[in-house]
Amino acid sequence: MGRRADGPMGGTAREERPVSPSAHPPVLESQAYSFWYGPTQALHDVSCAIPRNAITALIGPSGCGKTTFLRSINRLHDLTPGARHEGDILLDGGSIFAPGTDVVALRRRIGMVFQRPNPFPKPVYDNVAYGPRLNGLAPAGELPDRVERALRQAALWDEVSDRLREPGTALSGGQQQRLCIARALANEPEVLLMDEPCSALDPIATQRIEELLVELKQTYTIVIVTHNMQQAARVADYTGFFYVGNLVEFGATQQVFTRPVDERTEAYITGRFG
Amino acid sequence: MTSLLGRDRSDRVYRRVLTGFALILPSLILIILGVLFFNALPALERFGPSFLWTSTWDPVAEVYGAAPMIFGTLASSMLALLIAVPLALSVAIFLTEFSPRWLRQPVAFLVELLAAIPSVVYGMWGIFVLIPFLRSYVVPPLKALFGWTPFLQGVFYGNSLLAGGVILAIMVVPYIAAVSREVLLAVPASQREAALAMGATRWEAVRSAVLPYGRAGLIGAVILGLGRALGETMAVTMVIGNRHDISLSLLQPAYTMAAAIANEFSEATTATYQSALMEVGLLLFVLTVTVNAIARILIWRVARGAAVGSKAL
Ligand SMILES: Nc1ncnc2c1ncn2[C@@H]1O[C@H](COP(=O)(O)OP(=O)(O)O)[C@@H](O)[C@H]1O
Ligand SMILES: [Mg+2]
Repeated sequence: MGRRADGPMGGTAREERPVSPSAHPPVLESQAYSFWYGPTQALHDVSCAIPRNAITALIGPSGCGKTTFLRSINRLHDLTPGARHEGDILLDGGSIFAPGTDVVALRRRIGMVFQRPNPFPKPVYDNVAYGPRLNGLAPAGELPDRVERALRQAALWDEVSDRLREPGTALSGGQQQRLCIARALANEPEVLLMDEPCSALDPIATQRIEELLVELKQTYTIVIVTHNMQQAARVADYTGFFYVGNLVEFGATQQVFTRPVDERTEAYITGRFG
Repeated sequence: MTSLLGRDRSDRVYRRVLTGFALILPSLILIILGVLFFNALPALERFGPSFLWTSTWDPVAEVYGAAPMIFGTLASSMLALLIAVPLALSVAIFLTEFSPRWLRQPVAFLVELLAAIPSVVYGMWGIFVLIPFLRSYVVPPLKALFGWTPFLQGVFYGNSLLAGGVILAIMVVPYIAAVSREVLLAVPASQREAALAMGATRWEAVRSAVLPYGRAGLIGAVILGLGRALGETMAVTMVIGNRHDISLSLLQPAYTMAAAIANEFSEATTATYQSALMEVGLLLFVLTVTVNAIARILIWRVARGAAVGSKAL
């Protein structure tokens, strides 16, 4: 897990740019983070600071390492055979890879919503109660309140309040995704990682989730991968652009979309490729 | 070179032959069922349903009741499952979730090899190794702890329901483990990851996400093992004692349907005796076919048609 001073392609023009606009102190910091699936390098020297209580969007064409980066943050790659990394990722200033790190506690603090909805084949209620039960977050008496609160936050309560005993897998795709969001929220994480949460959803469900994100950032730090640039422009405070394993550009959304520093960013957001 | 017409015709013939073979196998089930039923008819008419719950088995008086064998078959199979299921599930969970990668294939291979050992070899091993072992190391502590229950009454001479159940357990472990392993492998990674991302440990993810997801298939694996246990003959008949008697005590001899048919068919000189054994065969056939059908449907449903466990079946 050594630190790398210079990668093969990363970090050329980026260093002189302000990486973390100061309005929000960073909660996550990636420091020259590189990642390999066996022999293939998927991330090259990714450095950025993700601000607290803000929405950070990661955009970029498919296969550029957005998911890989997201899954690094909650150490889900621990289970990927042949995976290795260099560089570091800090949560509140402490390395998430430090020896003795409690990965289970780390994942509790960093919730995740996956690209494809993956509710458990259990009742809706038990899906949402999963985290609090697992982590002993609520006495049994408070569990129903907590479940309701999470479902309301995920804008799903009105649709499922009379279906709490039905299996989560019986809901529609959009509802399943919001159920997964509710499940993550019930765990009260500090950071919420979302991997293209709207890619399988219709425009109305997408809009509901976007509204939800804006509300949630009062309490949570949100990192959302999206390949919908309008979505990034609408909801994100900060935007990072990934291109072939490099974080080519990272900054305030306004700046990235109106005055991109890197020409590849400009090409991408103006739709010339990707 | 054959002409185009000729090739077309040979193709058709080939297809018909294959279709014929394909239809013979399913019809075999019906033919066996028919033959069993036809031959069991005299006993069915003579003893009626009371065959199922009377215990006298007296070839001299020509009175037959299958209750002890039915009891022995069910009891030995249940005992076998009680022992085999935790063992086989542990093996399957270890192999899919926790074992180092390099260990997975060799262990899975060896476990499945257990299924290839001939039944009669298990029987011999049961007589010469298992029964002495049970007598010296298992029965005394069991009696000391639970001797007051009805399940451990009487003296342990060796051949017994206990020995039969343990032999069966060892024999069905490979089947249950192999099918469970495939069921667990078919659980999508996204389910595991959902649990892990919520702060579950590996074991919590298995318990709260992987096992519930594969539940139907795992039940299928267990029922498949039950099907094997119900019909197993040779090894059981060598160690179970072969006595037409119902005793709750695991230490007493018992009998199973399969063992009775194997032992007594050569001695069945009268038509009624033969017909009574045929009826036992019919019962066993219906029981195992039903149990196996249920198992396969459950296993098949887990992967929605992807036939999880097909390799092991
Ligand atoms: N488990 C894996 N094993 C090997 N290569 C992978 C694996 N997952 C992703 N990759 C590769 O890593 C690169 C980045 O993938 P990913 O992070 O999923 O991109 P994105 O989310 O931006 O579409 C791709 O080239 C992909 O093929
Ligand atoms: Mg992706």
